[in-house]
Amino acid sequence: MTGRLEAHLREIRSAGRKALVPYITGGYPGWEDAIRAAAANGADAIEIGIPFSDPVMDGPVIQQASQAALESGTTPQSVLEAVPGLDVEIPLVVMTYYNLVHHDGHRRFAHRMVEAGISGCILPDLPLEESEPWTRAADHEGIETVMLAAPTAPDERLPRIAARARGFLYSVGLLGVTGERDSLAASATALAARLKAITDVPVLVGVGVSNAQQAYEVSRVADGVIQGASVVRRLVESGPDAVGDYVAEVRRAIDS
Amino acid sequence: MTDTALPPKFDAESIMTEPDLTGRFGEFGGRFVPETLIPACQELDAGFRDAWTDPSFREEFATILRDYAGRPSLLTECFRLGEHLGLRVLMKREDLNHTGSHKINNVLGQAMLAKRMGKTRLVAETGAGQHGVASATAAALMGLECKVYMGEVDVERQALNVFRMRLLGAEVEAVQSGSRTLKDAVNEAMRDWVATVGNTHYCLGSVMGPHPYPWMVRQFHRVIGDEAREQCRALTGDDPDVVVACVGGGSNAIGIFSGFVDTRARLVGVEPAGGAAVARGVPGVVHGMRSYLMQDEYGQVEEAKSISAGLDYPGVGPEHSYLSSIGRAEYPNVTDDEVIEAFKLLSRIEGIIPALEPAHAIAWLVREAHTMRGQTVVLNLSGRGDKDVSQMMDVLTARGELA
Repeated sequence: MTGRLEAHLREIRSAGRKALVPYITGGYPGWEDAIRAAAANGADAIEIGIPFSDPVMDGPVIQQASQAALESGTTPQSVLEAVPGLDVEIPLVVMTYYNLVHHDGHRRFAHRMVEAGISGCILPDLPLEESEPWTRAADHEGIETVMLAAPTAPDERLPRIAARARGFLYSVGLLGVTGERDSLAASATALAARLKAITDVPVLVGVGVSNAQQAYEVSRVADGVIQGASVVRRLVESGPDAVGDYVAEVRRAIDS
Repeated sequence: MTDTALPPKFDAESIMTEPDLTGRFGEFGGRFVPETLIPACQELDAGFRDAWTDPSFREEFATILRDYAGRPSLLTECFRLGEHLGLRVLMKREDLNHTGSHKINNVLGQAMLAKRMGKTRLVAETGAGQHGVASATAAALMGLECKVYMGEVDVERQALNVFRMRLLGAEVEAVQSGSRTLKDAVNEAMRDWVATVGNTHYCLGSVMGPHPYPWMVRQFHRVIGDEAREQCRALTGDDPDVVVACVGGGSNAIGIFSGFVDTRARLVGVEPAGGAAVARGVPGVVHGMRSYLMQDEYGQVEEAKSISAGLDYPGVGPEHSYLSSIGRAEYPNVTDDEVIEAFKLLSRIEGIIPALEPAHAIAWLVREAHTMRGQTVVLNLSGRGDKDVSQMMDVLTARGELA
């Protein structure tokens, strides 16, 4: 059965539009207003980061936001408990690291997400080969597990990852961690094209897509784009309103 | 890939055999890394298997260990310490290796493997700096580029090793994220590897990380145990009653345990009280592996705190978790104060200044000697104390113990 997140993204694709998914670090001052601002300015879904002590896939911007959130007492539960109060209509996706799930228990963590109204989950340090205990629990509870595909993957690996992806397929834009870059890596569109050729699951590109122009370039090939560090930096530097302005700007670019 | 005929397992008859196909020792280990690194881990696994079954690679490795690292290291009987404690103490002198610790075994193996796989650059993490110095040394020897990540806190307390690495041509980056110690250096080295995986080999410094590292690093260090077993038999005509080593990630302990795991010897891995992953941790997943890990009630990784930068690690290698879970090895811990006393004792009674890391093993031996009267103990003296003397000068001066 297709879940809510995937159904929503497929609908957007059918309508000839591109999906825009901003990322916000849960627990960082202003995060709830930032999510509301993003939703009000054209986001199609939102990734909520649950901060972890050792975020190996994140560059300095998201690392520092996560650390600040942790230092102010943010916990997985405090983020999830705040989610129903956000009162946004679009699907919400949790992005976090596997140990927080492993420690709480797969079923229990999946159930907490369901209760909070979360649709999907991204665990960037849980590759296909290790994912079964989690996906079994997530499938059972109705949480859509987004799988990541990276530019280093040989061709034979991609269909296996795509077959396990629910919600969407996260196409990693470059070799590296989250963060803004001056230009879009060639690998961003190349991998998205490889994935589009082998799967019907919506393909969204994230990591290293740094501004409206780059989001536009990526969206010519992919079904949508994820905006992480560029969003979090605006939240950190200027607050939630700046997040809304930026999401609107990217929206205009990818709709053009 | 079709694998109808699996190759025979390495060391199939030993308790410390090869991990299973998912890289597990029992329920510990695995490969929990970002998708970007999966092909690199698979390539490394295949590359290591190929090298380890190639007699010319093994011969070259043995030669370089002999002619460059100075192996075999001595097994020294410590008569005065033995008399003081009422038992027989044999020290495996890894402190006498080139670069001053056991770390050289692993880095020479990994640097040879990196070259064989066509990599031109090494990245490494380091705590006390011993692995960083060893990596920089191997890179210099083999003409590889080298970048070492070291927590800012450790850069300050191990300034001499930072200078050594730079002298050897390595770039040293002070890591300012998180607790600014070893675990954060591992995170940063992994982030570097995610971005540079095409030309770069991650020269991981302990029996930790994603498969195949825990197994591969053990194989590079098992020479410690294999030598010590033969030396002990030659000296005493028997296997020892006890084998003891310090444990941070646990590479020197795994190295010496691998030589004795199939004998009757009791195996003891000594952790710092402030980084006692086995005693105080619960199974968790970080740095690519599932193992005992010190974490809070939500699963956030806790910071380790000990006098020794090399053992300031909240986790432990997965094979140690396995050996503990089956009851084959035990993992007690000692306090900083006990370590300081042990550091002083070995210096005065044997004329050997130990590194603070193996001083943990000595501290345990001193504390528990009364339960082992008359027994023979092999202790892995994993490194020399030169790197620690300025820190200890400050500690002992502050305590008013130094004139």
